[in-house]
Amino acid sequence: MDFQGTGIGAENRDDAPDTVGTQRLVVIGNGMAGCRAVEEILARDPGRFRITIFGAEPHVNYNRIMLSPVLAGEKSFDEIVINDAAWYADNGIELVAGDPVAAIDRAARTVTANSGRTVGYDRLLIATGSDPFIIPVPGKDLPGVISFRDMKDVDAMLAAADRGGDAVVIGGGLLGLEAAHGLSLRGMKVTVLHLMPTLMERQLDEAAGWLLKTELERRGQTILTGADTAAIVGDGKVEGVALKDGSTIPASLVVMAVGIRPSTALARAAGLAVGRGIQVDDHMVTSDPAILAVGECVEHDGQVYGLVAPLWEMCRALADGLVAEPSGYRGSVTSTKLKVSGIDVFSAGDFSGGDGAEDIVLRDAARGIYKRVVLREDKVVGAVLYGDTADGSWYFDLLRKGDDVSSIRDLIIFGQAFAQGGGQADPKAAVAALSDDAEICGCNGVSKGKVVASIQAGACSLDAVRATCKASASCGSCTGLVENLLALALGDAVESGPKTICKCSSFTHDDVRREIVAQELRSIPEVMQKLHWTTPDGCSSCRPALNYYLLCAWPGAYVDDQQSRFVNERLHANIQKDGTYSVVPRMWGGLTNPRELRAIADVVEKYDAPMVKVTGGQRLDIFGIRKEDLPAVWADLNAAGMVSGHAYGKALRTVKTCVGSEWCRFGTQDSTGLGVKAEKMSWGSWMPHKFKIAVSGCPRNCAEATIKDFGVICVDSGYELHVGGNGGIKLRGTDLLCKVATEQQALDHIAAFIQLYREEAWYLERTAPWIERVGIDHVRRRIVEDAVGREALTARFLFSQSFSQDDPWAARAAGKDREQHAHLGEFRPLEILAAEGAR
Amino acid sequence: MTGDWIDVGALVEIPLRGARTIKAANGEEIAIFRTAGNRLYALVNRCPHKQGHLSQGIVHGDAVTCPLHNWRISLSTGEALGEDEGCVPTIPVRADAGRILISRIAMLATLAA
Repeated sequence: MDFQGTGIGAENRDDAPDTVGTQRLVVIGNGMAGCRAVEEILARDPGRFRITIFGAEPHVNYNRIMLSPVLAGEKSFDEIVINDAAWYADNGIELVAGDPVAAIDRAARTVTANSGRTVGYDRLLIATGSDPFIIPVPGKDLPGVISFRDMKDVDAMLAAADRGGDAVVIGGGLLGLEAAHGLSLRGMKVTVLHLMPTLMERQLDEAAGWLLKTELERRGQTILTGADTAAIVGDGKVEGVALKDGSTIPASLVVMAVGIRPSTALARAAGLAVGRGIQVDDHMVTSDPAILAVGECVEHDGQVYGLVAPLWEMCRALADGLVAEPSGYRGSVTSTKLKVSGIDVFSAGDFSGGDGAEDIVLRDAARGIYKRVVLREDKVVGAVLYGDTADGSWYFDLLRKGDDVSSIRDLIIFGQAFAQGGGQADPKAAVAALSDDAEICGCNGVSKGKVVASIQAGACSLDAVRATCKASASCGSCTGLVENLLALALGDAVESGPKTICKCSSFTHDDVRREIVAQELRSIPEVMQKLHWTTPDGCSSCRPALNYYLLCAWPGAYVDDQQSRFVNERLHANIQKDGTYSVVPRMWGGLTNPRELRAIADVVEKYDAPMVKVTGGQRLDIFGIRKEDLPAVWADLNAAGMVSGHAYGKALRTVKTCVGSEWCRFGTQDSTGLGVKAEKMSWGSWMPHKFKIAVSGCPRNCAEATIKDFGVICVDSGYELHVGGNGGIKLRGTDLLCKVATEQQALDHIAAFIQLYREEAWYLERTAPWIERVGIDHVRRRIVEDAVGREALTARFLFSQSFSQDDPWAARAAGKDREQHAHLGEFRPLEILAAEGAR
Repeated sequence: MTGDWIDVGALVEIPLRGARTIKAANGEEIAIFRTAGNRLYALVNRCPHKQGHLSQGIVHGDAVTCPLHNWRISLSTGEALGEDEGCVPTIPVRADAGRILISRIAMLATLAA
C-alpha cells in the first residue's frame, strides 16, 4: 500500500482492481467539478482509466455551495459530503487529500505535489476551481480577515461567532450576503459593505436590489452601499474597517467576499494557453491535447463561470469527448437563487435590457413582490424575481429553450398557472370568468359584484369607480382588473381618467403626491415598488417629478438623486444650443456693486465668454462657458461673494424690483428692500417649476409685478399681493390674493403661497395653470381665510429652507462632484494615425 | 489583440444612469453611458436633431433623452425613438476588469466620417 499525504481510500495503482484500464488519469482538484467529471467518466466507461485525484483540502468531495447552510446552522458537514471515502475505494480511485499539486511537467507527463510525490499521467484533468479575490488594501493580512470559500473559512467564522461581537462582510454579492446571513444568525452584529449602489447588482436589477436591502435591514443587518474600503485596521488582529469617506466600522471579524477569479497559476506555469481562465475547446481540451480542464478555472468561448450549473454541462461534454461520442459544450445560460432563508430571489439570463429588449414588470406592494421578465423578439432573455420565485424555473426553461412567447405575452408575468391556464389567455375573459363574490380590491374588500354594481349605477371611469366603491382607491394594484371590468361593462363608453404621471405608471401626479406622504415613501425605488411602476427605472418624465415630490415631502431627510435631474440642475448652469453653458450669479433684488461687476467682468475676459446680457429679471448672464470651466467660473464668482442665481432651476429665479420710495418720486414703500428680503427668504428652494417674484413701489408697476408668480404692488396703505401671473407662452395677469399692512405680513404670505404651490402643483406646472386648475378661491381659502393654516404653511416653508439655502456653486467649486464636468479621457486621432504610419 | 481597444478610464467614474465624455482632438466628443442595468454604450455626443449633448441627458432604460428638445435616442442603435427620425453613430465599448475599453478602429472611422 502506498499512502501519501493524508490520503484516504488510496489504492496503489499496482493494487488497483483488474477491471481498471491501463490509461492513467490524474485529476488536480477534488472539488465539485473534478469529482463530477470523474463520475461522468465512470458512468460511461468505468474501465478506461486508473484515476488519481489530488485535493488541496483535507476532505473528501463536498458540496461547496452548501457551505452557506452549514454556516447558518441549517446543515452539518456530513450532510454536504457528496462522495464519501467508500466511493473512492469502490471505484479504485486514489485520493491524495491535503497535498496540493505544485507543478505539471508536460514533457514528462507528470505532476508533482507539495510533498514531492510525483505521478505520471496519460490524461490530466485540471479542476482547480477559483480563488477568492482579496482586495489589496492595507491590513488585508491581519488575523481575523478571511474569505468565504472552503470549510476552513466556515470553521473560522463559527469560532469568531462563538466569541460574539461585530462582523464586517466586504461584498454585497451572493456569497457576501450568505456569509452575512449566517453570521447574523450566529448572533453577530453584521455590517455589509458594498462598493456598488445596489446589492447583488450582477444578479438583480436596481428595484430588486432595493427590496433585498430593505429586507436585510429589517432583519437587523447594516447595509452600506457605495462603501469603498480604504483599509482594514487593527493592532495585531483585526479591529475595524476604514472607509474612503473617513468613517470606521468596528469589527472583530472581516469576511472578504468581493468575488472569485479562476485559479490558473498551475496551468500558466505549465505553459498552457490562459486568458481570464484556462482556455478550452468545446470538449474541455486545453492547448495541450493531453490535458483537459473543467469548472470555474476554465475559459470557454470567452466566458468564465462562477456558478454550479455550467459545471455539470461541462463535465458531461468532457466525459462524452473523452470516452464516448463527442457532444460538445456550447456555453451555459445561468440562473441564480440566494440561499438566505425566507428571502426569495431569483435571476436568470440577461436582464440589463439593451437592443430591442422589452420589459414586463409586475410590482405587488402588498405582498412585497417584484417580477420582471425581459423579452427580445418574443423570446424570454432574462428574468428577475423577488418575493415570489415559484415560477423561476418555468421562466428559465422558456429562456433556455428560446420558445416564442407571443401567444402568452399578456399573462406571462403572472406565471405558469395563469399563462398556461387554457381559455383564459384574454385578460378580459379571465375577469369575466370570475364569480361575483371574487375579491377585486384587497385593500378595501371590494368584490367583483360591487364593482360591477357601481359601474351599472353610472360610474363610467376609473376615478368614478374609485370614488363610489373604493376599489383601486388605495394601493392601486387592482387597477388593471377594474379597468378590465369597466371595459367589459361599458365597451367604448369608458371615460379615460386624468392623465397619469407618465407611461410608466397608472397613477396621476396627485395620486403619487398623496401616496408618498400617506405611505411615507422615502426613495424613488420605494415609490416605484409601492405604486406598481411598470418600468424598471422610470423615464425622463417621471424620475425628475418623483425626485421633486420626495424632496418636497421630506425636507432635510430625502437624498437628492442627481441622475433624475435635468442637466441644468445637475450642472447648475443653463445648457445652450451649442452645448456651452450660461452662468447667472444672484443679484439680490437686482442690486449690484463695483466688486461684483468687476468679478463678472474678470470672468468674462478670463474664460472668453462671447456675450454678457442683462436678463429680463435684472441680472447679468454670462454666455458661452465650457462645461469643464464651470467649477472655476463659480470659484471666481464665489470669491467676490456671489452665489448661484438658480437661473437654471425649477426654483426661485429672480425678484425684480423698482427703486421705490428711496429714490422714486412716486414710490410709496421700500420696494427694493422688500425685494431683497423676499429673495433672501426664498432663494434655494426647489419648486414644481421656475418661480418669479416682483415688487413694484407704486401702482405704475415698473417691476411688472402683475405677470409674475407672486407680485407685490406697494400702495400708501400697505401691500397688494398678486399671484399666478405668467409672461410665458400664455400671457396671464395675476389674481389679487389680498392686501396686507406690513412688510412682514407680505413676506409671510409669500412664504405660505410658495409652500402651497410646492405641495400641491404637479411637477412642471407653473403657478398660472395650477391656479386655473384649482381655482383662486381655493388659494384664498388656504392662505387668506385660514390664518392658522397660513402660519403652518409659512412654518413648513421656512423649515424646508433651513436645509436648502446653501450655494450649490460653492460645493461644486470646492471639489464635490467636480469630476462630472471634466472629460473622462482624451482621444487624439492624429497621433494614432501618425503612429500607424501607413495612413 | 492589444491596441484594438483603448482604455479611457475607470468604470466607477461613470455613475449608474450617467454618462461621461471623451474629448477627441478634432473637437468631437464621444459620450459613454452606463445604464441602470450596468450596460455600457458609446455614442457620438451629438443629437441627430440639433446636435444637443446627449451625455447631459437623463438616462432611462437603454435610452437617453436629449437635454435640448427631449428627443429620445436608443443607446444601443443610436436611432431616435418614437415619432422622431434620425441616427447618431455608435462605437463599440466594453468594460473589462473595471476599465472602460473603446474600439480604436471604430473611433477612427467615426471621427473621420
